[in-house]
Amino acid sequence: MPVELRLYVAGNSPKCRLAMENLQQTCDTFLPGQYRIVVVDLLENPQLAADDQIVAVPTLVRKLPEPMRKIVGDLSDTERLLVGLQVRPGRPER
Amino acid sequence: MTDTLMAALEVAPGPSLPKAPTGITGLDDITSGGLPRGRTTLVAGGAGSGKSMFAVEFLVRGARDFDEPGVLITFEETADKVTANVTSLGFDLDALVRQGKLVVQGFAIDPTEIVETGAFDLDGLLIFLAAAVERVNARRVVLDTIEVLLGMFADDGSIRGEIARLFRWLEAHGITAIVTGERGERQITRHGIEEYVSDCVILLDHRVEQDVSTRRLRIVKYRGSAHGTDEYPFLITGGGFVVQPLSAAGLAYSASTERMSTGVAQLDHMLGGGVYRGSTVLMSGSAGTGKTSLVAKLTDAACARGEQVLYVLYEESPDQLIRNMRSIGIDLQRWADAGRLHFYAARPSAYGLENHLAGLTRLLDEGKPDVVVLDALTSFAAVASAHEVGALITRMVAAVKSRGVTAVLTSLTQPESELSATGVSSLVDTWLLLRNVESNGERNRLLSVNKSRGTKHSNQVREFLLTDDGPTLIDAYLGPEGMFVGSARIQRQTEDRQEQQRRSSEVDSRQRDLDRRASEVQVQIAALEETLAETDAEMKRLAADADRRSSDESAGRGVMRRHRWVDAIPPDGGQR
Repeated sequence: MPVELRLYVAGNSPKCRLAMENLQQTCDTFLPGQYRIVVVDLLENPQLAADDQIVAVPTLVRKLPEPMRKIVGDLSDTERLLVGLQVRPGRPER
Repeated sequence: MTDTLMAALEVAPGPSLPKAPTGITGLDDITSGGLPRGRTTLVAGGAGSGKSMFAVEFLVRGARDFDEPGVLITFEETADKVTANVTSLGFDLDALVRQGKLVVQGFAIDPTEIVETGAFDLDGLLIFLAAAVERVNARRVVLDTIEVLLGMFADDGSIRGEIARLFRWLEAHGITAIVTGERGERQITRHGIEEYVSDCVILLDHRVEQDVSTRRLRIVKYRGSAHGTDEYPFLITGGGFVVQPLSAAGLAYSASTERMSTGVAQLDHMLGGGVYRGSTVLMSGSAGTGKTSLVAKLTDAACARGEQVLYVLYEESPDQLIRNMRSIGIDLQRWADAGRLHFYAARPSAYGLENHLAGLTRLLDEGKPDVVVLDALTSFAAVASAHEVGALITRMVAAVKSRGVTAVLTSLTQPESELSATGVSSLVDTWLLLRNVESNGERNRLLSVNKSRGTKHSNQVREFLLTDDGPTLIDAYLGPEGMFVGSARIQRQTEDRQEQQRRSSEVDSRQRDLDRRASEVQVQIAALEETLAETDAEMKRLAADADRRSSDESAGRGVMRRHRWVDAIPPDGGQR
């Protein structure tokens, strides 16, 4: 089952760029070929912040598998990111 | 030189701080106009203190009454729940949302589903807020309770920085905002949100003391503005918040000059023709002095005139009152049956003081009575402090008075102690003092008029009797030895009567004596007059005899002269 991820950003801020890079790298390392990332720019659609209950930016939401998880920040702490995604480091999911 | 100095001293008064009216009853009075416009106000309080309600009412009234649309962001509940909560206050959030005057958005954030990795900001919230403000052209924003965010993130430093940024953004956009905060133990709010709010801080409190809950509001801080510093009781009513400042209880009562009978003619007379309509009458006295009887008589008289009376009982049940009053010949049941007398019995401990006030206000507005009886106000003493009771009574009196309704209050104790201290006696127009005096092994009731504004009133103490025909006043016996009441009065009166009788019989007999003397004299006068008349007649008779005799003599002398040959001319010198 692919991991469905949504990254909420606000424009092209340094924090958001960093989050995108970190996410890409982590996923490539630990979830190769098993993930899908959608980037949502709240500046383009502010209502989505309310709909998806996003207060902080950047916020990564793991929509699938359930339960939904929210990971806030620039995702620079890979270990915490993996905890948040419930992916154990060193044991990439099959 | 002097001119420039004068000019320098003549500083124009700074523009008064612009305010955004809340429209909340009473609050704009104590803040002299509302919350600081374009600034953020912190409303802090514990759970259930009403802070969210307060904030929502500020938004609703802004959007509805002041043409200032608003945005409500709630972090604790969903938008639906907020909407449902305030429906009980009579606020229709959905309608305002449909009209494009309000945005209601919940951000329900569960800290357990959040993991932090690295730097973040609150742009998600800010972007939504900015878009919502722009959409409805909002002038007011409520963030309820933004503190939730503070507890949510481990990185305390960056979340505090972000909240400060959010407040700066609000201020930069000239938005009048309310943020709410959970009451903290050592600081105003649990997470110290007050450090970001420097203009206005309002505390709400919901206390339960002696099993009675009371809500209070206090303005802790209001930079650049005069504000009331007291704790003001407030209510959350079916029409929203009602803050009840004592000072704003209003003194703009219209003063009627119409007199209203108390039902006791002698008392009306003492008061110079009854009490003024719309005035407040206090009857105070200890237990068994006849307060309730006097009130019942007044009620009876008012109903008999066709007026509506609201009788609020804090101590007994209506049935009990009706039964007791029947024993002194007052039938209240018929007025209740006729729909002129309405009873409302409420134990002081039944609910909070503010609810008693709200209940009274509601009854006044619904029933529009001519006369309201509050019997007995002092029952509240059992459930709250003297100060709180005083404040409650002041507000109750103000509520009744401002509606032009005649109020009759009874007070169990001498009110000097607690009532006057809180200014109740100054609200009372007529104050009747009932007393029990014990003497000669009996207790007697006395009534006096302690004060009666705008009225010439008797300064005399009257004896107050409860007869089969209701209360009656009689002049207490005042004699050279002082005042006597009860059987002592009766005894005195009897003695007086006897004395009077004795005196009057004495006078009678003397009168009779004199009469007799007079008639005796009359008789004597008559006898003397008779004697006098007889004497007169005798004298006349004698005089007539004497005349006759002298004429006989002179005739005789001529005969003798001629007889003796006496010269016709008598000899000179008379030498005989």
